[in-house]
Amino acid sequence: MIFMFSARGGRERTSRFSEDMMTDTNTSAVGEGAPATVGDRRLRFERLSMVFPDGTHALDDVSFSVGAGEFVTVVGPSGCGKSTLLRIASGLTERTGGECDVDRDSIGYVFQDATLLPWRTVRKNVELNAELHGIPKGERSRLATAAIELVNLTGHEDKFPKQLSGGMRMRCSLARSLVLNPKVFLFDEPFGALDEITRERLNDELLSLFRSERFAALFITHSIAEAVFLSTRVLVMSARPGRIIGDYAIPFGPDRPHEIRFDAAFAEICGRISNDLKDAHA
Amino acid sequence: MTTYDEAPPEVAQEAMAVPSAVGASVPVFQPRSRYGKHRVRNLIPPIITFVVFIGIWYLYSWSRFDGAAQRRNALPYPHEVITDGFLPLWDESSGLQPILGYMWPTVKVTLIGLSISIVLGVAIAVVMNQSKGMERALFPYAVLLQTVPILAITPLLTQLFGDEMGVRLVVVVLIAIFPVITNTLFGLQSTDRLHHDLFTLSSVSRSTRLRKLELPSAMPAMMAGIRIASGGAVIGAIVADFFFNQGEKGIGYYIRNRQQRAANRPEMFAGTITASMFGVVMFLIVGAITARAIRNWHESAAPRT
Repeated sequence: MIFMFSARGGRERTSRFSEDMMTDTNTSAVGEGAPATVGDRRLRFERLSMVFPDGTHALDDVSFSVGAGEFVTVVGPSGCGKSTLLRIASGLTERTGGECDVDRDSIGYVFQDATLLPWRTVRKNVELNAELHGIPKGERSRLATAAIELVNLTGHEDKFPKQLSGGMRMRCSLARSLVLNPKVFLFDEPFGALDEITRERLNDELLSLFRSERFAALFITHSIAEAVFLSTRVLVMSARPGRIIGDYAIPFGPDRPHEIRFDAAFAEICGRISNDLKDAHA
Repeated sequence: MTTYDEAPPEVAQEAMAVPSAVGASVPVFQPRSRYGKHRVRNLIPPIITFVVFIGIWYLYSWSRFDGAAQRRNALPYPHEVITDGFLPLWDESSGLQPILGYMWPTVKVTLIGLSISIVLGVAIAVVMNQSKGMERALFPYAVLLQTVPILAITPLLTQLFGDEMGVRLVVVVLIAIFPVITNTLFGLQSTDRLHHDLFTLSSVSRSTRLRKLELPSAMPAMMAGIRIASGGAVIGAIVADFFFNQGEKGIGYYIRNRQQRAANRPEMFAGTITASMFGVVMFLIVGAITARAIRNWHESAAPRT
């Protein structure tokens, strides 16, 4: 069950997690709201803890899982270990305790920054992951074209990153992850640096992507509104060492109009999460 | 007498410094304007600098030295450098033709030496970048390359490498390789940490990471190093002529030879100026290649507004 992983090298496929985890009950039922169990579990943390070599205790006893068609967002104070969660899931950081199950061959990671290679055009950037996975030229060009269309960047294929706006860069970064059609998407506060309007537009677009692609998503953000708008479930994490101190099932269906942000129910959930966060800071 | 002895090296030194001095004001990275008048406007500042420089030269030469003969020996007027140094344009024994004849070996030594420095320097930087241990093992000696006074070890170099083409290349490489190594290494090590993560997620091999991430990202720094090295290579090739007498003689030999007799001083200046112009040309060529290579993505090559 334990996934051995070295920082740079070997990946191992695991197909076991779907069978024996389907029967698991969610162990992280802290706070209110029943976690929705949808489809197969694609990412699972079990009593995960992380202590860095310098003694920083980043995560403590974190357990939850994300299934296909689930969009789980973690909100929490800065430096509480939210990003560490993603780094552990993707294998960039090795955990020091607990378990983490995920098929590492099928992860899409969207960084805080667009992390586009500045010397490559949009098209070549979108092709990058496919190229690094040895997908032949014709095939990856086809995949890139489709992904570029999916994020509405058609017509900008030959531009370089510095010719793009912040929002377009993030779209390009999304397209790069979409090319390999990952089953699990990890988002490390991807829209934090964008202005409010661009951010909301990208939220709308991401939501419709999620509706059509049905991946499992683990999303990190500071914005409560963003979390509630996108997610099927929101987890609140405490200050270091990060623990799950709140768990909210979001009662909106997959079709969420832009205006839902101004709904009373929406505001009510935001308020409750905000209260939890105040406690988290304390 | 002392004035005669002092003046030429001083001027020679000044002339050798010209590649960087002039290069700095030459608009290598200026925007490619669609409008010709902007191009002309860009040329005005360096032209003013040039005119002022020539003016000071005239003034100094006129005020400092008495009589035509003494002036001609120490610091001839600029126009004398042209009439007695560069002219006649096409004559086997004097003027521009022998200067160009002596330039050719210097050009060869510079280009070959610079090429060796680039290949070797990048290779060494790549090796150093593989691990901290490698860097610690090699870096002190790279620094030593830079700090060892070339002039002081010329006798040793002669013993080791003779005094022909080979030793000239050694001198060029000794001078030119350090900026290539340090700048390339700096570039490789400045690769964005998140970009590294991105590649780690795809479990790429060390060589893929190097080819597709580290080297492209090090390119601007590497080219900056090569630009510094190109100036150094020219100086190295000329300096080598002062110490090694066999093999094909270059412009350094011509300068040294024309310094010996007072009557030939204008020719010495002409040789020095030509050598300096070669340095400028090298600087411009490397600058143009750099701009072409990175103009689409790197800030340093972005149009300035």
